[in-house]
Amino acid sequence: MDELIIAGKAYASRLLVGTGKYKDFDETRRAVEESGAQIVTVAIRRTNIGQNAGEPSLLDAVPPSQYTYLPNTAGCYSADDAIRTLRLARELLDGHDLVKLEVLGDPKTLYPNMVETLKAAEVLVKDGFKVMVYTSDDPIIAKQLEEIGCVAVMPLASLIGSGMGILNPWNLQIIIDNAKVPVIVDAGVGTASDAAIAMELGCDGVLMNTAIAGARNPVLMASAMKKAVQAGREAFLAGRMPKKLYSASPSSPTTGLIS
Amino acid sequence: MQLTVNGTTHSFEQDPSLSRLLEHLNLTGKRLAVERNGEIVPRSQFDATQLADGDKLEIVVAVGGG
Repeated sequence: MDELIIAGKAYASRLLVGTGKYKDFDETRRAVEESGAQIVTVAIRRTNIGQNAGEPSLLDAVPPSQYTYLPNTAGCYSADDAIRTLRLARELLDGHDLVKLEVLGDPKTLYPNMVETLKAAEVLVKDGFKVMVYTSDDPIIAKQLEEIGCVAVMPLASLIGSGMGILNPWNLQIIIDNAKVPVIVDAGVGTASDAAIAMELGCDGVLMNTAIAGARNPVLMASAMKKAVQAGREAFLAGRMPKKLYSASPSSPTTGLIS
Repeated sequence: MQLTVNGTTHSFEQDPSLSRLLEHLNLTGKRLAVERNGEIVPRSQFDATQLADGDKLEIVVAVGGG
């Protein structure tokens, strides 16, 4: 069985999905179900004071009993804010310690601030968190995050929410070649072929939100992404044929032709 | 007494416990986490935590996100 192992736990699905930007909780539920994902990211936010107690919540649509929650630090611009957010998340989720660390550096690009990310990762790992970390596609930084003790490194393919696909497959390749922890492409995937390419490169998984939630038909796109990740993984394991520009080799016999 | 809850000031006649405050805010039974003056209050301590004038509270929940 080809499983994704993160922090000692096995997952059959290599697709991780976000739960934001959906029309409503019903669409969130259907898309997440269709994606086959077992790990879902969630954000931690102030509760609305005065909210109707019976109002539906994400926890009903995507129950933590059925999915592994991956609380994130989206929106945090400093190590301190990210650490604070994840400590609250751990309390909220009854001691659950698998988390997604992301420290942003710029509201326009949402590009990560790696100096603050490294600082936060040090503190969180020491504090017992299992840190899956969003990172730039810098191979040196990715290695440093692994050495700190992060349980997965998650380089961007392109900017968060951009749907621009994999802009630097060579850097990803170097990160994959050097990593001893799972490498998960996080951010930038736009459509199914992007996810397949990430997996063909040898990524251990793909994390996406907007590519599904922002599709015209999110539930159908969730299905496409599930298949793309599976197809890409199988192609990687199968080992592709070499690329040969001028070496035509017919697939049909060259003998026995009628004349 | 005055409490700042999620950035907004609330007034109370008496000093409530954290549980009492959550009840007052209609949040009893919701899955949430609370930070009081920068320190996390474990759920098991909600009843025993007596709030004081000027306390700053953050009450958070899980929401959809990427």
